[in-house]
Amino acid sequence: MTAETRKLFADELRQRLDELLFASHSHRSSKTLADGLEKLARAQQERVLHWTGVAAQSHAELGYHIAALSPQALSLLDEAGYEAWVLAALDLCDREGSLAAMALLRDVEGFSATREAAPATARLADLEQRLGRFLQGLSGRPLGLAAAAVAHTDTQTVFLPGELAALSTAEENRRLYKATAALLWAQTRYGTFGSAVVDVGALLARWPDRERALRWFAALEAARLEAVLGAELPGLAAEIARLRGPWPPAMEEAARRLGRADAGVADTIAVLDELMAGDAEPPPLPHAGAVDLEAALATRAARMRRETEVVRQALAAMKGVGGRKASGASAPLAGTDASKLEVSAAGEMSELPPDAQAAAQSLMQDLGELPPEALVPAGHIEGPWHPDEDAAAEEEAAAARHAQPLRRYDEWDYRRRAYRRGWCHLFEVPLPPGDAGYVDTVRQRHAAAIQRIRRRFEWLRGEDRLLGRQLEGDDLDLDALVEAAGHRAAGVEPEARLYSRRLRNERSLAVMFMVDMSGSTKGWVNDAEREALVMLCEALETLGDAYAIYGFSGWTRSRCEIYPVKGFGEPYDATVRGRIGAIRARDYTRMGVAIRHLSGLLAEQPARHKLLVTLSDGRPDDHGDEYRGHYGVEDTRRALQEAHERGVRSYCVTIDRHGADYLPRLYGPARYTVIDEAKKLPLKVADIYRRLTS
Amino acid sequence: MDKEQDARDIAPVLARIESEPYYQTVANEVTLFESACRRRLPLLLKGPTGCGKTRFVEYMAWRLRRPLVTVACHDDLTTADLVGRYLIVGSETVWVDGPLAAAVRAGAICYLDEIVEARKDTTVVIHPLADSRRMLAIDKRGELLAAPDEFMLVISYNPGYQSVLKEIKPSTRQRFVALEFDYPAAEVEAGIVAREGGVDGETARRLVKLAELTRNLKGAGLDEGASTRLLVHAAQLIADGVEPAAACTAAVARALSDDPEMTATLDDLVAAVF
Repeated sequence: MTAETRKLFADELRQRLDELLFASHSHRSSKTLADGLEKLARAQQERVLHWTGVAAQSHAELGYHIAALSPQALSLLDEAGYEAWVLAALDLCDREGSLAAMALLRDVEGFSATREAAPATARLADLEQRLGRFLQGLSGRPLGLAAAAVAHTDTQTVFLPGELAALSTAEENRRLYKATAALLWAQTRYGTFGSAVVDVGALLARWPDRERALRWFAALEAARLEAVLGAELPGLAAEIARLRGPWPPAMEEAARRLGRADAGVADTIAVLDELMAGDAEPPPLPHAGAVDLEAALATRAARMRRETEVVRQALAAMKGVGGRKASGASAPLAGTDASKLEVSAAGEMSELPPDAQAAAQSLMQDLGELPPEALVPAGHIEGPWHPDEDAAAEEEAAAARHAQPLRRYDEWDYRRRAYRRGWCHLFEVPLPPGDAGYVDTVRQRHAAAIQRIRRRFEWLRGEDRLLGRQLEGDDLDLDALVEAAGHRAAGVEPEARLYSRRLRNERSLAVMFMVDMSGSTKGWVNDAEREALVMLCEALETLGDAYAIYGFSGWTRSRCEIYPVKGFGEPYDATVRGRIGAIRARDYTRMGVAIRHLSGLLAEQPARHKLLVTLSDGRPDDHGDEYRGHYGVEDTRRALQEAHERGVRSYCVTIDRHGADYLPRLYGPARYTVIDEAKKLPLKVADIYRRLTS
Repeated sequence: MDKEQDARDIAPVLARIESEPYYQTVANEVTLFESACRRRLPLLLKGPTGCGKTRFVEYMAWRLRRPLVTVACHDDLTTADLVGRYLIVGSETVWVDGPLAAAVRAGAICYLDEIVEARKDTTVVIHPLADSRRMLAIDKRGELLAAPDEFMLVISYNPGYQSVLKEIKPSTRQRFVALEFDYPAAEVEAGIVAREGGVDGETARRLVKLAELTRNLKGAGLDEGASTRLLVHAAQLIADGVEPAAACTAAVARALSDDPEMTATLDDLVAAVF
């Protein structure tokens, strides 16, 4: 038995556990833990130690729980199950805190039982994007997707349970999600909530046992909508039919009567009337969602008010404000919901602007026709009217609350081999106005160097160049031609490269400078960074490349800060120069989130080449030991990969002499420069940039 | 004279379209085209990819019995590529017209496809041709070529591209009569798919439904929805015996996106229709 495969003894385990759990506040002895683990196979021991370590990084107690409960978990769960158990706890810890996570861990029997009962659960979180796009494809208007205990829709958002395990395999359950989502969309699309002629609310209100009526209504609608879908989307209807299996006997007769492509909600109500006369309960249908009539009607009414107003305004604008109201008062509508809507006004076919057209289409979906009030143009418009005023007000309120981050970013946890969702809270913090005179002082101090930089960069600005001796080109190369004639006269085979070609030098480049403002830059490093920025600005102004400068720092994942110095659209003026002067050393270096945010801004730039240059003084680091070391390097590496996928190339300039240890792994072997002395940074940085971009 | 023979060999060939290309009229585009042609006005066709712009021009060239010169523009297209250049034949230089100059000389229809792809400085060369002057300056020969009445300039572009770099300059745009193309209405498009793809009406209708679903995803992960051209491709595969869902996956879903999440969604949509 080799050293790698032999079991670890209790004292060895104890030592390893003590290392991993040193921060645990519980004074329980690791001896009990070690005794529990001693009887496991070496591979299992290693797995437990690995996950104990991972969990302890999030929360030491969590690590303790895993070490203590693992022997039991490993006896109940298979390898994948064990991993799922740990990951579920870590996820829960991220979302709801360590107490909930520990409760989940302690209930390892319950976890195992649910897993056995439903070995094939499908999770909404995994399917969200795919389902969301599927629904948008079906409906043509964006529908929200959210988790709720019971599947239902309020016509704006489709609510689905967080997990589905009604069917035997994960694939089947994924299909069930799709079927349920499609039927819920169909509720809105095909009139479950009534139309201009059928008032479903009033019709359902006739029954004293409203709950039972709604349950039957939902079941019957599932049957009707399946048939309606069959006309346009036969594949989907067939799949729904396959998933639900044969109708239960209690539904057979109703499903037969509603199984026509042209059945309307009035038909459902008619069947419902008969069923409600009896006292049967609807059979449970796993694929059918519930009907939440109140929510749906309220949401729909609000949306219709908004859209009616948009259409009305558009019509009014089209006919001229306060124009001939009479001519449009009863404007008939031509076209169907799928084709472009055209409104006939005063005998002319005129087209609505796109937003109004979308609103009109949405109204058509809700009501089957445009409400008459939409077709009556407003007599006059009182100031500009914004359909999403409420949203704007809400945003403002959110900004005022301060605690709301600008965005949340995922972070890569290499030990989980998964992202921690919404882990980092990113804030954009304005720099205090600084002294613009600082830049002038630097300019004076480095006047000669700046002169040199300008000259070099002017050359680089790249006027067109004429390339001679080409195989093809716009013009003849006379030198080559004369030479070839000579060769031919001498009986030598003439050269075929006789043309010249104009090479236009289009620098289509946007560059983002990401400046490390961590505490370690305090003092001369910070000065060097600021001076380097001044030199870069001089160079880039000469060159005309689009550039932006942002600082970054922060304190743990809940306060990651970005400090705008110069946006892409901003000119290099006194304000920007003041901000350069105001760059100060702050807290820590959580790099991943800064890279994600800034590469996002950079990716929006129209330039053909996008470059992210990091000025830094050391490896990624943050308060607490989580981000320090391997975790931070791996997250940063991941963030740079993400940036690369978005078409952003990255480069790092650092004054960390140990940079060569980790930078090749982050940026690639030729994508960084280590500068040995901070004071050389300002003089070298422009040259580095020149090398990079020419 | 061998040299002149050589020069003729390398000069662009002006093709006349002999048999009637299939084109389904959607609105008044044929009358507008003919009218613009009579009045010697240049034409700009806008519309998404694969909605029938090129086919329309081919059809009109056939209808008006003019030769058609088509240039697919790209970002390395230079003025010389359009106007012409000197080439060396033997030990002498020979001028060879570019497609634009050839079309002007022959009184043909010159169709510059996807004009926004061409460099801005190249686009300017068509300016004097596209206003009342109707002239093409060939600087290298010191020649000013006057376009005969039969010559017509047609350009096209796809306004759907989001890139700010791919915009057509107002000074170019405002020289043209603009015709807007879009995917035809569902029944018409189904007719086209059935006719071109050789499938029955029901299959064509379902293909058009699929296209409608993908067009709903424009801006939500897709740059463009499925074009009529893609539907015709799918229909041709089906007519050839490929199972409909497989044909749509290959000709539509995979052609629209590389993103695995997106293709999964497209597969779902294909499964919903077939």
